[in-house]
Amino acid sequence: MAVTTMPPKRKPQQQNAWKAYSDWANNHRKWLFAAPAMIFVAILIIFPLGWTMYLSLTDSSGSVRAESEFIGFANYLEVLSDGERFWPAVARTFIFTSVALLVQMVLGMCIALLLWRPFKGEKWVRVAILLPLVATPVAVGMMWRLIFDPNIGFANQMLGLLGIPAQPWLSGQHTALPTVIFIDIWQWTPMVVIILLAGLTSLSEEPDEAARIDGANAWQRFRFITVPLLMPTIIVAVLLRSIDALKTFDLLYATKGRGGGSFHEVETLNIYAYGLSFDYNDYGLSSTVLILFFLIIIAAMWVLTRRRKDVQ
Amino acid sequence: MSVVTPKMLRPGSGTDAPAAVTPRRRKPFRSRAYKVFRVVALVVIVAAFLAPLAWMLLASLKTNVDIYDASKTLIFTPTTANYETVLGRNNYFSFVINSFWVAFASTVLSLIIGVPAAYSMSRFAMRRSALVVLMARIIPGVSLLVPWYYVFSNLSLVGGYGVLILSHMFVALPLIVYIMMSYYDSMPLELEEAARVDGLTHIGAFLKVTLPLSVGGIATASILAFIFSWNNFMFALVLSGADTKTLPVAIFNFVAYASIDWGGLMAASVVVTIPIMVIALFTQKYIVSGLTAGATKG
Repeated sequence: MAVTTMPPKRKPQQQNAWKAYSDWANNHRKWLFAAPAMIFVAILIIFPLGWTMYLSLTDSSGSVRAESEFIGFANYLEVLSDGERFWPAVARTFIFTSVALLVQMVLGMCIALLLWRPFKGEKWVRVAILLPLVATPVAVGMMWRLIFDPNIGFANQMLGLLGIPAQPWLSGQHTALPTVIFIDIWQWTPMVVIILLAGLTSLSEEPDEAARIDGANAWQRFRFITVPLLMPTIIVAVLLRSIDALKTFDLLYATKGRGGGSFHEVETLNIYAYGLSFDYNDYGLSSTVLILFFLIIIAAMWVLTRRRKDVQ
Repeated sequence: MSVVTPKMLRPGSGTDAPAAVTPRRRKPFRSRAYKVFRVVALVVIVAAFLAPLAWMLLASLKTNVDIYDASKTLIFTPTTANYETVLGRNNYFSFVINSFWVAFASTVLSLIIGVPAAYSMSRFAMRRSALVVLMARIIPGVSLLVPWYYVFSNLSLVGGYGVLILSHMFVALPLIVYIMMSYYDSMPLELEEAARVDGLTHIGAFLKVTLPLSVGGIATASILAFIFSWNNFMFALVLSGADTKTLPVAIFNFVAYASIDWGGLMAASVVVTIPIMVIALFTQKYIVSGLTAGATKG
């Protein structure tokens, strides 16, 4: 099968060795090509993940080099019965992700629909929408820290003009979580817009056109034609956004620092686990939280991908 | 869907013919009120996305006294003092270099192992293997940091560039594999087959025909990988040393002091975001196609 033309001047022995090698490489190219990436992933991801699982069953703490004892599922019992830090962190992760995701999807859909049909200056609007998305999250966090600063921030200046009393924003115990959700919405709605817009432009015009001729109004056409046809794209957007929203770290750590603020007001599971590991050096407990967190993410992904298959 | 029946589609009727030639142009049916609404809405949206960035830029050009003065919100005497402080005194230029090298090296190394892998996974439909690589996108990075930290600190590598580049490959590789897989999924086989008929081996056909044809996809994948690696904060926060700090970590350390130097902080934030924004301005199409890779084929 392998018709390999050889340079004619090569000596027969050399030629055979080269041909054997080349044939072997070509026959095994599937794994030859995939292997480096797979091995990289195996070493850097699967092995550490296994280690994290093991750590979650030990009382490892203090220094990573310190002796640790195998304590079975004691960490899991401790974490799952912890109503002070763990369960509130679960709730915050859930609230942060679901509120941000919901607003991003609704707002993203509205903006995508506005941008759908061509108009003058389209290119510049698209660039403007791309900028928040590519901005460094830590810098974005710092930027909003200044805007939301209770004393000198632009946000309170604006409220002052409207006669509304100043708000504590990021520094308030109850306003911090809504504020970081707002920032996440500012930064990541563009992602949803871009994905949905790509989906919209790839849609065929005909069903929409036909429904219009048939007398369907704009809302009906959106609800019964556009949304069903766009469903696979919508689910991809939900999938990508929820993975990232669940794991949000940069923004929360940049705006509130360790432990999600002094009252843990923005402490999600990721921030909690990071704090346990690198602020308190309690690796056993941290690993337990991470394994539970990982299970939550896998469950969410499983539900969403199943939904995606249903749609297809 | 039940609203549409084949009868309503009216295929081939005279009025639909022009629409089929230029599918995005359609008869004006929107009212004037809608057009006005649309313009207003677009202006509000653009302002909402750009105003905070403009605010950051303005504040970076103000003295701290002016930042505290509400009457100097828009009218003030610009100064470059903050940039001089940040780039000169705080040695930010070395952090810019660090960020660049780490992002660049992790992108290039990820391309070298990621592009052939994506090719193989696409052509041989290795969905399960692909899932393993894409797991990297799903796993919370913190769960890898403790084992990495343990291993690398035992090898006394923490604080070096090698570890940082490896950890950033964890960001770049899944992105590259994901984008390149959907690129190869939609690339026709014919040219490769023609190359095979012309006597090239499989690997030869990949290197001499497929790879040159993948330049667009590779550009898309590397731009996004570079951006996300440049923006990454968590890995460098744990794994970088005093000399190998990347920009996001350097910015974060800025607020460790008792009172925040807002002007300096904003200048530092501008320094980290400007390169990315410039890249985004010139490569908008690639970024969009990378972000939407695989999103519309379902």
